[in-house]
Amino acid sequence: MARTTKSVGRNVLRKEGVEKVTGAARYIDDLTFPNLLHARTIRSTIPCGEITGVRHNFDTAGFTIVDHRDVPGKNIVALIDDDQPCLAERLIRHAAEPILLLAHEHRETLVAADVQIDYRRAPPVYDPEASQTTFKTIAIEKGRLDEGFAAADLIVEGEYRTGHQEQLYIEPNGVVALPENGGITVYGSMQCPYYVHRALMVLLGLPGDKVRVIQTETGGGFGGKEEYPSMIAGHAALLAKKSGRPVKLVYDRVEDMLATTKRHPSIVRHRTGVTREGRLTAMDIEAVFDGGAYATLSGVVLSRGLIHASGPYRCDHIRIRGRAMMTNTPPNGAFRGFGAPQTQFAAEVHMDRIADALGLDPVRVREINALRPGDTTATGQRLGRDCSARQVLREAVKRTDFRRRRRALAGTNRGIGLSLFFHGSGFTGGGEVKLASKASLALTERGVRILAASTEIGQGTRTMLAQIVADTMGLPYDSVEVNAADTGEVPDSGPTVASRTCMVVGRILQRCAEDMRERLGRLTPREYLRRHGPLVVTKAYERPAEMSWDDNSHQGDAYGSHGWGCDVVELEVDRDTWEVKPIAFTTVHEIGKAIHPRLATGQIEGGSAQGLGYALLEHVVMRDGRMANASLTDYSIPTTLDAPPLQVVMLENPYKHGPFGAKGVGEMPIDGSAPAVINALRHAGFDLRAIPATPEKLMAADVLPRSPQRTQRISPPKISASLAASAVSS
Amino acid sequence: MRFTLNGQHRRVNAHPMRRLLDVLREDCALTGTKEGCGEGECGACTVLVDGAPVNSCLVPVAHVDGARVTTIEGLNGRHPLQRAFVEHGGAQCGICTPGMIMAAVALGKRPTPDQMKTGLAGNLCRCTGYSAIYRSIDEAGKGINRRGRGARGVKKTQSSRSGSGRNGRITGKTS
Repeated sequence: MARTTKSVGRNVLRKEGVEKVTGAARYIDDLTFPNLLHARTIRSTIPCGEITGVRHNFDTAGFTIVDHRDVPGKNIVALIDDDQPCLAERLIRHAAEPILLLAHEHRETLVAADVQIDYRRAPPVYDPEASQTTFKTIAIEKGRLDEGFAAADLIVEGEYRTGHQEQLYIEPNGVVALPENGGITVYGSMQCPYYVHRALMVLLGLPGDKVRVIQTETGGGFGGKEEYPSMIAGHAALLAKKSGRPVKLVYDRVEDMLATTKRHPSIVRHRTGVTREGRLTAMDIEAVFDGGAYATLSGVVLSRGLIHASGPYRCDHIRIRGRAMMTNTPPNGAFRGFGAPQTQFAAEVHMDRIADALGLDPVRVREINALRPGDTTATGQRLGRDCSARQVLREAVKRTDFRRRRRALAGTNRGIGLSLFFHGSGFTGGGEVKLASKASLALTERGVRILAASTEIGQGTRTMLAQIVADTMGLPYDSVEVNAADTGEVPDSGPTVASRTCMVVGRILQRCAEDMRERLGRLTPREYLRRHGPLVVTKAYERPAEMSWDDNSHQGDAYGSHGWGCDVVELEVDRDTWEVKPIAFTTVHEIGKAIHPRLATGQIEGGSAQGLGYALLEHVVMRDGRMANASLTDYSIPTTLDAPPLQVVMLENPYKHGPFGAKGVGEMPIDGSAPAVINALRHAGFDLRAIPATPEKLMAADVLPRSPQRTQRISPPKISASLAASAVSS
Repeated sequence: MRFTLNGQHRRVNAHPMRRLLDVLREDCALTGTKEGCGEGECGACTVLVDGAPVNSCLVPVAHVDGARVTTIEGLNGRHPLQRAFVEHGGAQCGICTPGMIMAAVALGKRPTPDQMKTGLAGNLCRCTGYSAIYRSIDEAGKGINRRGRGARGVKKTQSSRSGSGRNGRITGKTS
């Protein structure tokens, strides 16, 4: 059965590589159409209240003007809860809420148009814990917490906070909408063409065949182009329908930062029982996520966050409770990691504090508790042989000579810290069953063509899927073409999110390829076409038989497989400026199988660097419900001067249902950097519990005794009261 | 306004304060130069003016009157950096790539690691963490073509019984 693989595991040329390095690749702002109108969004300037009047202080001749009354279908951005209007009607829930749309053929005239909105203000809520509106509450329980705490020698508590983070893809959100064939065609920068397709059907009241969505080359997404394109596509489509002309709506950087989604800020509280030897006996975890003004994806972000909240550790008695709360800020949404970076930040910083409290080193406490094959997670998922938590830990410790380095740096301005983490591949629980993704292969003269809605957004989708198909069919890589992600031509292979494209969509395509290989028999593609005519093979997702999940109790097999990672960061603190400079970064990732090692390395390096930005630099300042530093001048992401040399080690422990053993890889790299940084700062003497660790936070941080081994006990519980209070209110 | 664009004499009829970026993209239909921020922070719009890298979003077209302007299209797909960026992962989503390559061209043939860090500090990349960009520039300098070969330094580093999977083995790769 096993065929010799020819391209899998090798660094073949990426499919669209040449276009990207020559400037020939066409991104949304590179497209132009005859009679094109430019568009502009008029947004609220208050965080909470209602609209009392709209005045046009300009000559409206030549303008197309759209408000909520122009919506022919339902005025919502269809996603999960359908609570977000596409255009505000009366109520305002955040300070970038779209109210009015303008289009004009001259950009200068468009920009000059003055619209006055009058409001009646209402008091906003910015503190998620003070909010009265809960989007989602989830509880996960395993064992009996009281028994676990009774078996503990020590209880360690802590509260950890993370801030917003902006995805900061270098290409801002943008679309072009064209009225076509009595319906609408939308080109755009996006991750999920079929999300946009469905949203447009609902908004415009059109049948599916009257809506066509085509992804253009996309300049980065990171989750920021998961759900937001449905909003902006709706806006352009409304203007195009009304004007009867093509409409381009491309945000500038400031608008993109002010209005589009960001990572959910979080507050996570841990109360953990441990034995003297360092074994976890009970984990009580409570998480609050700030959802922003509308539910969007907050419930599922919370779910993934909570499932990862106990980290890659074995413990018989776990309770994890969480809520996603409404605040009067722009909706928070998908961002690489999807809740897991927040909760694993808390888990991993807490783990170092547990080690400190016990006088153990951070490696030892993780060695004792790391999940092994046969163990169960918080949701009761029994892990198979593809669990590699201890392997990645050992490899990282060995590669960095961690213990010796830690002793050598003690008492200096440098610190070294690590984090151990995991990430579930694919949609959570029954999500993949609900998605029921489909993908197809069509026979061509030279080979085959992949038909899938999975998007290339930099990670190498086209290349990696083509490798899987090529090797499964025994064809050369170059003879596999990849169709554009165009809903008029490809089936719905699901959204390009959740570290699912390689493992889930790759597997569906592999099954298509297996089927097609059998049908071809000994014929070449050309011979087959001559004799039998066109051939298209379509397959849908099949849940592995051993998986089960109960959404109500959040119990069962949350993910088909998990990736496993361990990061080690060495950094230096400038005790005059309080700046932190990462000096060296090593990460070990176990990802099942690296289909394209160089692309996989790129995911790991890039995600790790984003995580370093999250840890140290990326500070979204919210003032009156509005991002106060919405520009690249004032919001810093890592530059060449900030990013340390990144050493990536990939391990492969195959997942039996992944194509060639592959698991997901896209998100996990961002889970580990921030806790490793904070743990390194802890080693350097700074007790921080929140990110980003800006110089201001460092200056204000408690300074720990500067000795490599600390044995003081953690102060008595001081958050029990607030835990009790929140339990009552939720 | 007259200038030399990618080796060709060019005359454009534009307001002198119009951004060079817009003149290139709209008047000259060269859309390889990208806009990422419009305020000179991201470097996606980097082009060479008389050989020096500039953010074309900050340059009024009047400034290039009589100058030599080179954009990504001017490399004709033949510059060693272009090939190296494809092969070594220097380009992921590709939106920063034209500007990054132009900034790298300005570094000369064999830049040192420090020269790369400093010279590219004005070009943001959100995908790579920069490591693959350094590797691409290094490889372009060496002029080595490694098309289709396995990853550099791939080796089996470990096998494990406890974590055995399909083939009972965990293999390691170092990038």
